[in-house]
Amino acid sequence: MSAQTAQWQDVAPLLQVRELSKFYAPGKGCGDIDFDLYPGEVLGIVGESGSGKSTLLNVLSARLAPDAGQVIYQSEQFGELDLYACDEAQRRVLMRSEWGIVHQHARDGLRMNVSAGANIGERLMAVGERHYGNIRERAQAWLEAVEIDSSRIDDRPSQFSGGMQQRLQIARNLVTHPQLIFMDEPTGGLDVSVQAKLLDMLRGLVAELGLSVIIVTHDLAVARLLAHRLMVMRRGQVVESGLTDQVLDDPQHPYTQLLVSSILQN
Amino acid sequence: MTTMISVQNVAKTFTLHNQGGTSFAVLEGISLAVAAGECVVLHGQSGAGKSTFLKALYANYSVDAGAIVLRDGEQQVDITQAPPRRIIALRQQTLGYVSQFLRVIPRVPTLEVVMQPLLDLGVAREVCEAKARELLTRLNVPERLWQLAPSTFSGGEQQRVNIARGFIVDYPILLLDEPTASLDAKNRQVVVQLINEAKRRGAAVVGIFHDEDVREAVADRLVDIRLSK
Repeated sequence: MSAQTAQWQDVAPLLQVRELSKFYAPGKGCGDIDFDLYPGEVLGIVGESGSGKSTLLNVLSARLAPDAGQVIYQSEQFGELDLYACDEAQRRVLMRSEWGIVHQHARDGLRMNVSAGANIGERLMAVGERHYGNIRERAQAWLEAVEIDSSRIDDRPSQFSGGMQQRLQIARNLVTHPQLIFMDEPTGGLDVSVQAKLLDMLRGLVAELGLSVIIVTHDLAVARLLAHRLMVMRRGQVVESGLTDQVLDDPQHPYTQLLVSSILQN
Repeated sequence: MTTMISVQNVAKTFTLHNQGGTSFAVLEGISLAVAAGECVVLHGQSGAGKSTFLKALYANYSVDAGAIVLRDGEQQVDITQAPPRRIIALRQQTLGYVSQFLRVIPRVPTLEVVMQPLLDLGVAREVCEAKARELLTRLNVPERLWQLAPSTFSGGEQQRVNIARGFIVDYPILLLDEPTASLDAKNRQVVVQLINEAKRRGAAVVGIFHDEDVREAVADRLVDIRLSK
């Protein structure tokens, strides 16, 4: 037990974000973002539409260059990397191996005109797997892990329901054993019953694989279920951050209090 | 005696920014030490801040002043200053909390709900399952319910599932917020036994109990939480 307690402080942060800013116009974007993400941590970014959550996610995941600031990532392959000072090629390697990106709309993260198996296999091939049998076997295992019948391996995602597409997108991302996953409203646009299933599955996978996750959501229930800690954004700034249940049960900032008190109780 | 909980001069004020900025002090200058094997029961009228204080001990509520130092193995952790991941580690192995309400996770069967905290510590599944079965049996949750998600259970059944989940890990520090609130006498007695077993293995317990019989059966000491003016 004491070995485990000692461990927590010796680890280096996976991601260090320093004075990061990206503005399209005054108040449109995000600014002065500072935080560390540790291995195995799930960070939720919450706030209303237009608060800058998605802009921040794009800047963090090397898809949108910031105006100022740094994102330093501890890579398995390259060691410490300053994301916007390193090689474009290195960033591309990260994106298809050590990172995963789960889009709100599965069609943005999947290739809709190739089979489910090929969608998963493509990422494996991108990291050098060439053996067809191995690829198919692992695609099958991952379909089952996300509760899609493996007999559907040759079907195209366009023949899947919305919830299945989202689960396929997750399988495609996880097959290369990434250490960091970015998620943008992963349950948005799904029926409530489908959401519950997806959330439960995500929760299990994140814990089992020890993934580090940055998840953007406007749904505080999703944040409570998945995130260890939260950053609350408003007009491009972080107005409050901390332990998830502390932020939601004892919010300090007027905006967080408003957000929390606006949820319908049942 | 090993001190497990040491609270020094804790103060807490709630400010409701969206209701005219009304603010009210709930806790003022509270200090308390709880030793291993001791059960402290918080006392005071409704609204005095007992529950707020208990939530502060779990780091569920923040405090404005003072320190709350908990013993975690060989380390001392001031939870008013510790980063979130430190608190999460503390809650996984050291700090347990049982409220009267179960926060249900959709779809997850009762047995899994109860086992989860012990599984998260890396304990073998068979061991977790055996302990979960034992607790559910002791708390008179019928076996036919174990494979169902507790969302459709009665209030009393949910509460007993919650207690089983709260006692599955042998936490060195245990916080209990009216865990017996809607239980019948027979099940209240089971909870009393569980608390006394926890004390015997050295757990420091802080609780709120409205039933006098429970209070008398478990408390070593009553501590007054007074409404601050």
